[in-house]
Formats: sequence, structure tokens, C-alpha cells
Amino acid sequence: MGKDTFEIVVNILKMLVIFLVMVQLVPVLVWLERRVSAFMQNRYGPNRVGPLGLIQLLADAVKFLFKEPFFPAKGMAVMYYGAPIMALIPGALALAAIPLGLPLHLEPFTWLGHDFGPYDFLIQGYDFGVGIVVVLGVSSLGAYSLLMAGWGSSNKYSLLGALRASAQMVSYELALGLSLVGILMIFNTFSFYEIINQQVGLPLSFNFFGNVTTISWLPNWGIFFNPLGALIFFCASFAETNRLPFDLPEAEGELVAGFHTEYGGFALLMFYIGEYGHMMVASALMVTFYFGGYSLPLVPTEVVHNWIASGSLASHPNWAALLTSLLFFVVLLVKVLLFLLIYIWVRWTLPRFRYDQLMDLGWKTMLPWALFNTVLTAVWLALSHKPA
Amino acid sequence: MSSLLAFLIFVAILAGFGAFLIILSSSLGPRPKPNPARDMPYESGVAGTETAESRISVKFYLTAILFIIFDIEIIFMYPWALTFMDFVKQGNGMYILGSMGIFIVLFVVGLIWEVKSKALEWH
Repeated sequence: MGKDTFEIVVNILKMLVIFLVMVQLVPVLVWLERRVSAFMQNRYGPNRVGPLGLIQLLADAVKFLFKEPFFPAKGMAVMYYGAPIMALIPGALALAAIPLGLPLHLEPFTWLGHDFGPYDFLIQGYDFGVGIVVVLGVSSLGAYSLLMAGWGSSNKYSLLGALRASAQMVSYELALGLSLVGILMIFNTFSFYEIINQQVGLPLSFNFFGNVTTISWLPNWGIFFNPLGALIFFCASFAETNRLPFDLPEAEGELVAGFHTEYGGFALLMFYIGEYGHMMVASALMVTFYFGGYSLPLVPTEVVHNWIASGSLASHPNWAALLTSLLFFVVLLVKVLLFLLIYIWVRWTLPRFRYDQLMDLGWKTMLPWALFNTVLTAVWLALSHKPA
Repeated sequence: MSSLLAFLIFVAILAGFGAFLIILSSSLGPRPKPNPARDMPYESGVAGTETAESRISVKFYLTAILFIIFDIEIIFMYPWALTFMDFVKQGNGMYILGSMGIFIVLFVVGLIWEVKSKALEWH
């Protein structure tokens, strides 16, 4: 955890801040979802509480807290109450394993009469070095929350919704996992930092039968190396997060509300926090693998750091380092929000699949295409690289 | 080691926060008298005709089994992907490609067999 108390405290605070950022983004996203859907359907949406209706979700959250607690007859208490907690955990755990900004290096400094430092902090909860494996492993635990909710509610709609959800999630997890193999082969690492460092600040360059070809006006992003994998990953992540057009678990025409039929109040809100958390994880992975992570296109991080250090805003090198990390965190946030906007856009554009179409798409279309992508990447890499 | 410790601390924080929210919300709300009609599982406003213990399609079970088989096969590709470029740079590209090619052919044969045997048909 760290060498001294200061480092341990900062590392624990960091995880809390990441969790709070995730939880605080949820009301903003729900507001965005309602506003965007309203504009797409030619109406206003929430616009009364606060400026542009931004306080609406805060009011809703307070109202949710004071709802009557409900427990279904014949329900199983451990699973019924455990499911919302379980919904919260995997998304936050996975988000904390993704780098959210440039690592922060602090020179030795004196504060309140004590000497501290030097320190190196990651803008990330914890780094296992095998990055993507941890994220995939942890985020797929989300299926347990749905199953617990469906089983513990003792309602046939809940159970059917939960079964559909888990069958759908495991089916698309195959395509999701396989679509990443191509990009992992290209970057040749599991570590997020090495993946991002290969994309930061460099123009697009690839090995074409022994000749290194460079395109100076494009950034060295994963999307240009593996566009098919990116497309499959993005489509599969819709199914993983149970978003339209894959939201069969809560098809209200067939299943009332699916796995959360028997939930209300804050427990229901916790399922939403979990769902939006998973969307943030999927968007952050998309950005990290295919769109350069926290980096600005074609601008090396040192240039930004020197620019901030030379300005009058940062008097001390530590403040400059802090501001640089913050700036790159904002860059990542903007990229992630763009992808979240696409999620919302798709939700209000496409209709829902039928269940057999959904399973066919997952097993018979996306899985073979993901496999094709893997084989294509492998053959291309083996042929286009001349041995040294 | 310290990453694992941080991870476990974070799990504890999250579980504690979730439990706190559940307890808070269930202690703040009003508590009306117990009412058997209201506590029944939701069934469109009429008395329930089917409980959650009723039979469900065996297809879900089959999907789960197939998922486990294919997921393990995909997991095998991860270490292969990680070492792929090292072999290519040493000039052994065709060797690593061929050895995984056999595995991928088995994967494809399994997938085709699975589709042909109608294990994925939903009616």
C-alpha cells in the first residue's frame, strides 16, 4: 500500500474518489439519458428542478431513500438484499483497475513541518500489471447480481429475467473476450500503461512487410490497427451492460421489469448505479484500447507537462505534475462521456431484438467474426513482420 | 501484494457502503401494517398463477455449459496472444501460427457441430 502513512492514506482516498466519481456520474447520466430521449422524441424532459433540470435526480435520490421498504413473501432475504450490493461492487472494482490519468510523480516536499516524498502515484485504484485480465474477470461477476435478484425475489418474472440476462451475458462475453485477442497481439502486453504508452503522442506507424510506414496526421491509436475488433467489442459491450437493443432481461412487454420487478426505492437505484458503472467500464476500456486512453492525439505528455510547468499557474513542480494529471483525467472523462452518449443515442434509436435473434447474433455472428478477426490479425502480423 | 491488499480494502469499502445504503433506506421509509395481498409476488394485479419454483427451459442450462467450454478455449488464446510477437520477431511466426491454427480449427469444428446439433435453437 505504501511506504508511510501519507502514501497509504492517499492510496485509500484515491479509491474512494474513483468510487465517488462513478456514483456521481450516474445522476448526470440519468439526466442526460432523459434529456436526450426527450429531445429525440420532441418533448422537453425534466427541466423544472434546478437549472436545466439538473437537480431532478438529486431530488429523486432523496425520495428513493424515504420509500417504503418492501420484501416479497417467500423471498430469500440474503439474496434479495445482497443483489443490489453485488450490483454495485463489480463495476466499481473494474473501474478502479483502469488508468484514469497520467501517473503522478511528486518531488520531496515539506508540509506542516514534516518532510514527505518523493512519491509516485497512479491515477488508478490498484495496478496488478495484468490489467485487462483483472477487469474482464471482475466485471463478469455482474451476472451474479442479476441471478441473486431473480432467485431471491421468488417471482416468476424476476427469475425469467435473471435467467435471460445471465444467458445473454455469458453468450456475449465470448465475443467480448475474443475480440480483444487481436489488439492484445498487436500491443503485445496485458498492462494498461504499456498499451497507452504505445499510443501516446506518436503518429500512426505500422510495419508493412519490413518497411515502417508512418502517417503523420493520424494518432497511433488501436482503432486503426484493429477496427473489426473494436466494432465487435463495442457491440458486445452493449449486451454485457444489458442496454438496448440487448435489454431482453427487462423487456417490459414480456417480463414486467425483469430481474428487478420486486425492487423499489434505493435498492432499485443501486441496480442502476451498477448498470451505469458497467457502461463506464466498457467505455473506458474502449478508450484505453482503441482511442489512446487518457492521452491527447499526437501531443506527447511531456509537452503538456512542460507547457503547464512554464505557466504562472503552477509555482511548484508538484503543482504542475498534479495539474497535468488532472488535465489528462479530464481528457479521459471527455472521451468516456462521448462513448456514453453513443450508448444513450443507440438506446433511443434501435428497437429491441427478439430473444432467439439475440442468441443467434451472439453465437452465430459475433463469435465467428471475432474469431475471424483474431486469425486475420495473427496471419497479418506473422506475414508482415520480417524476422530481425 | 500491495495491489491485492488495496483490492480487498476496496471490496470491503464497497460492501460496507452498499450495506449501509440498504439499511438506511429500509429504516427511513414508512412501515405500514403487514398486508398479505401486497406482499405477494407481482402478477399484473391478479392472484399469482405460477410460482418461481416452476420449471424453466433446459436451454439456459445448455447455454451455460457451452459458455464454459468456449470460454475456457478463449482463455487459452490470451497467453498465446501475449507471446505471439516474440515468436514472430525470432522468425518462428509460422510455428506459433500453425500450432494455434490446429487449436482454432478444433474451436471452429466445435462451433459448427454446436450449430448443426441445434443446441442454439430457441423456440
